[in-house]
Amino acid sequence: MTTFETIAKMLAETKDLDVNEIKPEMTFTDLGLDSLDVAELVMNMEDELGVTIEISPALKTVQDVVALVDEQKK
Amino acid sequence: MNIRSFGHALPRRTVTNTELTRILDTSDEWIQAHTGIVSRRIMTGRETLSGLGAKAARMALDRAGLTPADIDYILCSTTRGEMTFPSTACLVQEKLGATCPCLDVNAGCTGFLYAMDVADAMLNMDKYSRVLIICAERISRMADWTDRSTCVLFGDAAGAAVCERGDRLKTVRLTAEGKAGPLHAWPGGGNCPFDDRIPEERPLYMNGQEIFKFAVTRSLRDIQAVMDGCGITADAVDFYVLHQANRRILDAVRDRLKQLAEKFPLNITDHGNTSSACIPVLLSEMEEDGRLQKGQTLVLSAFGAGLTTGAAVLQY
Repeated sequence: MTTFETIAKMLAETKDLDVNEIKPEMTFTDLGLDSLDVAELVMNMEDELGVTIEISPALKTVQDVVALVDEQKK
Repeated sequence: MNIRSFGHALPRRTVTNTELTRILDTSDEWIQAHTGIVSRRIMTGRETLSGLGAKAARMALDRAGLTPADIDYILCSTTRGEMTFPSTACLVQEKLGATCPCLDVNAGCTGFLYAMDVADAMLNMDKYSRVLIICAERISRMADWTDRSTCVLFGDAAGAAVCERGDRLKTVRLTAEGKAGPLHAWPGGGNCPFDDRIPEERPLYMNGQEIFKFAVTRSLRDIQAVMDGCGITADAVDFYVLHQANRRILDAVRDRLKQLAEKFPLNITDHGNTSSACIPVLLSEMEEDGRLQKGQTLVLSAFGAGLTTGAAVLQY
């Protein structure tokens, strides 16, 4: 499973979204997430993927998070 | 240490979410959905922090069948005292008519847990046999009332606990990670003629995302550590009494501990975040409505500016 697929699945499960409607370029606002939802997503990803992600205003889209995770996995 | 009784006091003035929509671009629906808060109490007029603290103290003393003369030490947790000096503990002592030593402690919203640890050490010294803890908080004086993301969260309150020698406090775990950035408030300026860098009064700042993550991860870590330390399982705990910072923090911790909502009592709905007063006020309210009974096993957990955290296992 790619990082994007893992994150999309996680988002779909926790925020009750249709996984097929989640696209990398979508912003968290597009997906109806607020700042604390993003913080919770980051925590879940840290638990699931064993990475450390610093929350910053630069994290706007799903792809922003995918890129950070992939960078750490290298 | 044992806690014999709790007490609490709230300001008269209730400020609803709807009332806040008159001064902020927000809505009752948004505040409730994002924080779980419906209203909060705000100190106004002639109300004083020490007056509120003394009222909470009297309730705790009455419930224990004690008088101020029975107290050997007053510890007051406050993030900003009523005056720079004397300490708020001394101001409360004056109102109670007590004569014992008095001391303020400041560990942000974790203050009650820190005060409990200090009280426990004092009682173990065999010098004092009864310590009165008071948590008195007036965050409304520090909040930024132009920032709709933070000011809606806070309320004012005081809580109190009568502590005595005993072995019902099973463990206390405290931490601090000296870091002002994500959560801080500056003092007022003064007017020293030799100081060219007098800070102006600046309101409270909080990075909500960072504090959310800090609160959930550290609270879970601390709760697990104190339960492991006492050899108890999550299911054996009667109530998890957590700092009431945001409903969503409480839900996130509860989900991860896989516990029922009934085990996580709330007062954030009506009071908002009252800093270190949250936990003793909530326990006092539970004592009042009968949910809190002697012999129950409680896990307490708080987190706040410092950044500090604390957790404890207490058999009431």
